[in-house]
Amino acid sequence: MMGDLSLPMLIASVLAASAPLIIIALGETLAEKSGVINLSLDGAVLFAAMAAFVVARETDSLLFGFFAGGCAGMLTGVIVGYFSIYLHLSQVAVGFALSLLCRDLAYFLGNPYSRVQGPTMLNSKLPFYDSLPSSLQIILTQPLTVWLALLLVAVIYYFFSFSKAGLCLRSVGENPAASFARGLNPAKIQMLAVLGGAFLVGIGGAAYSLSLKPGWGRPQGAEGIGWIGLALVIFGGWNPIRVALGAMLFAFLQVSGIGLQDLFPGIPSQVFQTAPFPLMIFTLIFMHYSTSRSRKQGYSSGRLQRIAGKLFMSRAPKGLGQSYRQE
Amino acid sequence: MKKLILDILLGSLLVFSFTYIVLLIAGAPVLDAFKHIWLGAFASSIKISQVLSVWVPLTLCSCGLLFTFRANLWNIGIEGQVTMGAIGAMAVLRTPVIDNPTLILCLAFLTSMLCGGAWGLFAGLLKTRGGVHEIFGGLGLNFVSQGFILWLIFGPWKRPGIASMSGTELLNRKLWLASLPGWRVATAGIVIAIAILILTWLFLEKSRLGLKLKAIGQNPKAALLYAISPERYYLQSILIAGSCAGIAGFIQTTGVYHRLIPSISSGYGYLALLLVMLSGYKIVLIPILAFFFASLNVGAIQLPIVLQLDSALSGVIQGCCVLCALFILGIRQRRAQP
Repeated sequence: MMGDLSLPMLIASVLAASAPLIIIALGETLAEKSGVINLSLDGAVLFAAMAAFVVARETDSLLFGFFAGGCAGMLTGVIVGYFSIYLHLSQVAVGFALSLLCRDLAYFLGNPYSRVQGPTMLNSKLPFYDSLPSSLQIILTQPLTVWLALLLVAVIYYFFSFSKAGLCLRSVGENPAASFARGLNPAKIQMLAVLGGAFLVGIGGAAYSLSLKPGWGRPQGAEGIGWIGLALVIFGGWNPIRVALGAMLFAFLQVSGIGLQDLFPGIPSQVFQTAPFPLMIFTLIFMHYSTSRSRKQGYSSGRLQRIAGKLFMSRAPKGLGQSYRQE
Repeated sequence: MKKLILDILLGSLLVFSFTYIVLLIAGAPVLDAFKHIWLGAFASSIKISQVLSVWVPLTLCSCGLLFTFRANLWNIGIEGQVTMGAIGAMAVLRTPVIDNPTLILCLAFLTSMLCGGAWGLFAGLLKTRGGVHEIFGGLGLNFVSQGFILWLIFGPWKRPGIASMSGTELLNRKLWLASLPGWRVATAGIVIAIAILILTWLFLEKSRLGLKLKAIGQNPKAALLYAISPERYYLQSILIAGSCAGIAGFIQTTGVYHRLIPSISSGYGYLALLLVMLSGYKIVLIPILAFFFASLNVGAIQLPIVLQLDSALSGVIQGCCVLCALFILGIRQRRAQP
């Protein structure tokens, strides 16, 4: 079916392609759970990817590269956080303007480094590599970012569901006024969540320019990913595991596009490159739509709908997008 | 008034210093860069007409966005609406049946409005019927229109022999929008843009539609109590925005590129979103700011050749303008609080 892609190869490429997106979407989840939308994702990813590549090339160290990516992401987080939490400006307006600014800043500052060789993260073999069957060998030989992404899914899930800090963060996202009354400092918690989330977004951006699509250029190849990440968070119902599954679905669409290209030589390759984006958004919209009735009524009639409702049920943090003014 | 001038000065200072720092980081000669942007935009009548031909689509998109912003909608799908307008215009221009160029151009104009409007309406319906936030519906439709135009250029509408990113075949010269001798900007485009500006002002400030949109934008629940259905007006405003964007697509096709290219919308939709935010949603400022943004865009084109800098510098300055304006607004609001 998929040209010369065998099943283990397919799984391996989906995992590899989804890792940066998972990290990015988890970062956004963190921020949104505290009630702040960071709409600058698309620009922040590119900006971090550029910073990571430039630093990694100059210092010849991947570690510094990833760190620089994270810091670049955090820089955007500082602006989003300060503008929306302390100045009470529209989060959407700030995020959108920042998104375009960061994208152009990345192109402008990264220009001297476009299409040059730089350090790339290679696939690392597991310690018990030789004892595995060959199909697992293919699947499990991945760059470190994949393991980081999977680990983060578990960590963030644990953080939200079982830790006290996670509970505080969620309560601020649901009702800042009530959590203030309980002795929390909503502004501080939101700022921390935005910064932490933006750091992850930066790491995700770095994973693009240092591992998945090595190098820098215009276009880099990570364009539009930030928007997909944002959509994933919302339609993934602010649940880290579902968000990660959504990211894998997107990666699957991208990878299978490459495979399908060989089957339909009549259709230009550019169409296959753009196709995953609308497909993804419309899949999400369809899932959202199919559960909208049960969401409104609070229950669902059909069995299939009930299952779908359980799977896709989502509720936004109550305070999402509103800035909280302490009285 | 005094405060306003102070704010503008402060904002310009902030933007200038930020750009200065960015240029220093890039290791570029700062004053030269500004000089070349200025020369690139205003050195000759050809350059000025290039600025004007960017001004036209920017103004059109901004006018449309004023409607959606007033209803508190984020019409990010405007980019795709421009593209669909261009596709609609091209579809009519390619029909060989009609001989009269004026008639066919008029038909193309109407079709572009229709296509852009329909694309906007689609995003609106996704919001009102599907409960999908307009930002994501719009983005999805942007991606779809991008895929669609690529498919057309590389598929059914490809140039005989070769299909390439450079676009479809050039239109017959009779179908180009005319321009005055010595100027390379379609006169009709400027006339249309000014007409739409005036119409927008009339609709927003002098009609019931404008008032109702305002009511919905400020408080949809209260508007509902006055028997104003938010959904209906959401759809109306996004339909108008889409039509304006469609006209911009028509002018891009017939007046600027004279063919269909993959990036026919040139990011003007997104830029118009920034522009309207910077204007504080005031229509008086739209033409002035559009001229400013357009001259930055055109002026930056020659930066890669002269100074080996990326032309994205214009975008950096534009984005920075909006953020600085928001910053000053935020500080002022904070000061005003007791």
